[in-house]
Amino acid sequence: MDKNQYLDMFIDESREHIQTINDHLLKLEDNPTDETFIGEIFRSAHTLKGMAATMGFEDITNLTHQMENLLDGIRNKTMEANTDLIDIVFEAVDHLEKMVDDIVQGGDGKKDVTAILNKLEQIESGRVAEEVAVSAEASLSSPTDTKERAQSQVFDNFELAVLAQSHEQGYNAFNIKVELRADCILKAARVVMIFEVIEHVGEVIKSEPPVEKLEEEQFESEFQLTVLSKESVDELRDRIFKVSEVERVDCEAIELEQLVKEDQQDRKEDNNRPVKQKSETSDDKADKAPQTASNQGTNKTIRVNIDRLDALMNLFEELVIDKGRLEQISEELKETALTETVEHMSRISGDLQNIILTMRMVPVEQVFNRFPRMVRGLAKELDKQIQLEIRGAETELDRTVIDEIGDPLVHLLRNSIDHGIESPQERRSSGKDEQGTIVLTAFHSGNHVFIEVSDDGAGIDRNKVLGKAINNGVITEEAGRSLTDSQVYDLLFSSGLSTREEISDISGRGVGLDVVKNKIESLGGSVTITSRKGRGATFSVQLPLTLSIMSVMLVEVQDETFAIPLSSIIETAIIRKSDVLRAHNQEVIDFRGHVVPLIDLKQFYNVPETRKSESEHHSIVVVRKGDKMAALIVDSFIGQQEIVLKALGNYLTHVFAISGATILGNGQVALILDCNTIIK
Amino acid sequence: MNESAVLESQKVIVFQLGEEEYGVGVEQVRSIERVQPITRVPNAAEFVKGVINLRGVVTPVLDLRLRFGIEEREHTNQTRIIIVSVEDMEVGLIVDAANDVMDIQTDAIEPPPEVVGGIEADYLRGVAKLEKRLLILLNLHKVLSKAELQELKSIEANS
Repeated sequence: MDKNQYLDMFIDESREHIQTINDHLLKLEDNPTDETFIGEIFRSAHTLKGMAATMGFEDITNLTHQMENLLDGIRNKTMEANTDLIDIVFEAVDHLEKMVDDIVQGGDGKKDVTAILNKLEQIESGRVAEEVAVSAEASLSSPTDTKERAQSQVFDNFELAVLAQSHEQGYNAFNIKVELRADCILKAARVVMIFEVIEHVGEVIKSEPPVEKLEEEQFESEFQLTVLSKESVDELRDRIFKVSEVERVDCEAIELEQLVKEDQQDRKEDNNRPVKQKSETSDDKADKAPQTASNQGTNKTIRVNIDRLDALMNLFEELVIDKGRLEQISEELKETALTETVEHMSRISGDLQNIILTMRMVPVEQVFNRFPRMVRGLAKELDKQIQLEIRGAETELDRTVIDEIGDPLVHLLRNSIDHGIESPQERRSSGKDEQGTIVLTAFHSGNHVFIEVSDDGAGIDRNKVLGKAINNGVITEEAGRSLTDSQVYDLLFSSGLSTREEISDISGRGVGLDVVKNKIESLGGSVTITSRKGRGATFSVQLPLTLSIMSVMLVEVQDETFAIPLSSIIETAIIRKSDVLRAHNQEVIDFRGHVVPLIDLKQFYNVPETRKSESEHHSIVVVRKGDKMAALIVDSFIGQQEIVLKALGNYLTHVFAISGATILGNGQVALILDCNTIIK
Repeated sequence: MNESAVLESQKVIVFQLGEEEYGVGVEQVRSIERVQPITRVPNAAEFVKGVINLRGVVTPVLDLRLRFGIEEREHTNQTRIIIVSVEDMEVGLIVDAANDVMDIQTDAIEPPPEVVGGIEADYLRGVAKLEKRLLILLNLHKVLSKAELQELKSIEANS
């Protein structure tokens, strides 16, 4: 099998399953007796095992297999889902995650899992001593499971239908259990012979373990077959006995009516069972369909490569441009039928645009769902009691933003856990609950998404921050005195500032909040802090809905059109040329009491001069970078517009003071000004 | 002559710059476009004419005349932009005309000789003789490489 073809799918799905296991383990910890959670975990672990086995990742297979044994114990109530056990399962999941990551990095997903395997086994052996001996071998065929249902086969709907149909045609169904002699050398060969014998008088419709496994000798010494035949039970048994090295043949007729009834009952009684059994016997591909259906329920989705969406978007823009041309033509021709058609087309393309843009949106849940696990782990490590509340996980963000926002959020959460929430003792002495709460909220507001991390911890100590900043030479003592609270909090984002006395394991990893701020700003967002002493702190992150679409002001410089991101613009103005001042060989203007340098874009970008302006006035756009400002001279303002951001291509990387390009309605390319480079 | 030596013949897109005919391997050519409005990119190299909107993708275009140190010329009806793809770059090349696809026998290709007027430019892969025509084969990697730009030498009319 060409595994590479399936590798992406394997990685995606493994991650999903690991996430599911993590999620449900957390829930299980709160409700140790709830069977739906353990069922979900078991199912995910099982599918993961199957996929890993198919792909040949043995360590993952072994580990998931051992996990499964443990989970099975919980399910069968021979074990209790206490914190210790869940800790170990978490640890196992961590290993799985690392192995999958290794595969992502191009590795072979191998990892020494003996230690964790032993731990899992020890726990298991504590409760069910006898099973350990079998599971220690940890073979693919999962012998414990086979024993569990040695009595009769379980059939899915399709197989039941086949049975019913053949029954009508006068065939009888048999369950045949064949045991080979322990000293049988060529087990697979015997299997083939037995199959051949049966084919003479009937048909094998099902085998346990599946035929492929039998052929690979992946079974102990016995296997089960479901056979349709017109012969009698004895006849069949005798024929099979003729094959040498067969120890025992149990042959019994299947009572069809009863089987159907049992099956229905079974389903009613225990919803998990048929699914599990089925996934044991059928191969993985068949397994996936019911899985996805049950996991996602009403929310049917399909995975699409983002490059394809980009391609779709590009094509669509072409269509919009052609539409623009058609509109022009129809206006000139004044043909009613044409005008109507073009108008209709405009409406449809508007809707289409919306759909394409929203297709790139994904719920922040994708990022948020890894946090509960992380918070749990960190709280344990720090001996704190912390509850994480997540709100607004369904809020949607552009895929490109989602990919980038995870790390900054991890950082903010770590910060809250480490610096924000106090230890239980401290909390008690200040009259609070021992358990601290961190609330992670996402919501839309206008063209932005806000993500807030707030805790009910000690809050930020103004004096401490200030003291540290002064010590580290970030600001002078004098300047510090006049700062407002929020200005002081902003100091947290300056590099090399940690409010904690000793650097802890959690946040002392060489990166500070300054990295968080940079990252968020590079995404076109911003972050602010509010805090009340003793009550906690809130970090509020504001992000654009999407990175691929931005609001710009289009301006003209001679014959060229440039786009200036609205987020950098303070305002536009028209000034008299006589108001321009000079300071140290640099033209400046007095803009609302600030001295702002004046930059002529025509000179800055060497725009060829095509027309001379006689005007006594300059049109200017005042832009900012942080607290610094600059006034850009343009020839005229075209107006505000939403544009689709495009890269300049691999050939033109790092063009000076240009951050990208966009395609205008007339099909031409306009360049986007990079105000961050214009203002040094 | 290196990789082409394996093949018996190869297809090239033939285009014109001034009096000369050039060829690039057909597998590197994505499309041939008519000239369309080009947006200048400030502060880029002189021969980078700017970027165009190629079906929604912003694509840089180079003037091959300027790249080879030939005098720039007004665009005509014949002027074309050949979109080539080299490694992970898609770039347009402005040429005077592009009008032919040709099969070239590998044994007709000779290394870039002094015959063409003492050219040492790296971006020439070889010269192919086709009856009375002389076809200059380009090494696009080098044409697009930025490191080699300073060594531009003019190509003089020949043949």
